[in-house]
Amino acid sequence: MRSQFVLQEIWIGLRRNLTMTIALIVVVAISLSLLGTGLLFIKQVNSTRTYWQSKVQISVYLCTSNSPNPNCHGPATDAEQAQIRQTLSSMPQVSAVYYQSQQQAYLQFRQYFANDQSYVSTVQQGDIPASFEVRLKNPGADYNIVASAVTGAAGVESVVDEMTILDKFYKLLDAARNAVVIVALILVIAAVLLVANTIRLSAFNRRRETGIMRLVGASNFYIQLPFLLEGVIAGLFGWIIAAALLIGVKSFLLDNLQQYFSYNVGLSLADLIQVIVLAMCVGVLLCGATSFLTLRRYLRI
Amino acid sequence: MINFDSVTKVYPNQSRAALESVNLAVNKGEFVFLVGPSGSGKSTFLRLILKEERPTDGRIHVAGKDLARLTNWKVPHLRRRIGCVFQDFRLLPSKNVYQNVAFALEVIGKPRRFIRRVVPEVIDLVGLEGKHDRMPDELSGGEQQRVAMARAFVNRPMILLADEPTGNIDPATSIGIMKVLDRINRTGTTVVMATHDAAIVDSMRKRVIELEYGKVVRDQSRGVYGQAY
Repeated sequence: MRSQFVLQEIWIGLRRNLTMTIALIVVVAISLSLLGTGLLFIKQVNSTRTYWQSKVQISVYLCTSNSPNPNCHGPATDAEQAQIRQTLSSMPQVSAVYYQSQQQAYLQFRQYFANDQSYVSTVQQGDIPASFEVRLKNPGADYNIVASAVTGAAGVESVVDEMTILDKFYKLLDAARNAVVIVALILVIAAVLLVANTIRLSAFNRRRETGIMRLVGASNFYIQLPFLLEGVIAGLFGWIIAAALLIGVKSFLLDNLQQYFSYNVGLSLADLIQVIVLAMCVGVLLCGATSFLTLRRYLRI
Repeated sequence: MINFDSVTKVYPNQSRAALESVNLAVNKGEFVFLVGPSGSGKSTFLRLILKEERPTDGRIHVAGKDLARLTNWKVPHLRRRIGCVFQDFRLLPSKNVYQNVAFALEVIGKPRRFIRRVVPEVIDLVGLEGKHDRMPDELSGGEQQRVAMARAFVNRPMILLADEPTGNIDPATSIGIMKVLDRINRTGTTVVMATHDAAIVDSMRKRVIELEYGKVVRDQSRGVYGQAY
């Protein structure tokens, strides 16, 4: 095997249809980076979901003097409160129960909306009901059991699973992720077609050379290798650009997003490397396999 | 060296056979002219030897190998033992004389030292001394055909197939080409040359095989192009 000869052939091939090669590299780069972004997104969403699942709890709101719920007859009494607390803490699915008084709830509300005084001024202490904050051992799975145990009990106005609020947010994230992955897949198809076309063009451009190679008895491997490597090298160039873009996505987009939501569940360097390596495998395999299949059709042996 | 045993070739979608029950034996070191009108099966005969086509029926042996039993990945090794020259030269326009000849060795993975030694020898053999650096478009037709012959012979094949090698060349230059072919033949290489050139066939007085409508109608040692002329 004369590596210098093969490299020279590849160089000639890539240079001869330079515009095609550039288009190919760009499309591979974009499709791989979108694919990688989708993967990073999935990882990010999963890690935040796990994080939040350990934090969310069930809020059991108690009746106040002006609760509209027919179950309520004035504010929940001490006996009712004790009964509810007893019911909750005796359940095996519950890991902890905290009481939040109306005053605490009001102070927390004022703190959360401190920069919107007009909003704060419309709410008075007493408008926000007191609640039991219930932490579950297995969030997500046991919500219904715990909720039904206290729903309708004397002094309970409503039971809210915080997970349902977060789910709306996650649905949005999932939709964004799906969109990215779908666009990436469409681009991957475009990349495959471009690889096939580039190789076909390359094979056509060099039909003289390959014809002579065939006649003088060059092995099929030797004839096909430059074309195959041409596709793979274009794929590798595309991957390098995609890797740079992915590092950008991670450090500028996801890490900023994380600051914005102020939770500490950023993706590790290992996650990034994993995605980049996966993108390389996809890119090289895709380009290599497409080149190979195209050659079988267009390069007569 | 080349053995055809009742070989028939029918191309797909064609009713008439390109070759019909051809029995032929070409021995080692022979020089054979293949004559006959266009469409008589000369090119098919050459393509069958290279295993570019498969016979519809019959058996072909080349260089001791049964082509029907030769696996696809061994075909290149068969072709290394067969050199080819064509009417249209088929040189690479972007490579000079030396590179064109060296290409044939490069692509079969010969070491560079070997190539550096052998290529100049063959270029001298075909009579192109001192023209290593010329590009094909700077050469006359005869010289281009000499380059093609050097390329076909550089790997010392057992068989040289020539498909109308003088078809694009004037008669005076053709004589030079034939001298080179004769020189190659004298090294022990079997030469099979398909041609329409009556003057050359008559002057060489070698074995002549005439094909017509895919059948061998004449096989003469020391023959001429056509008895009728």
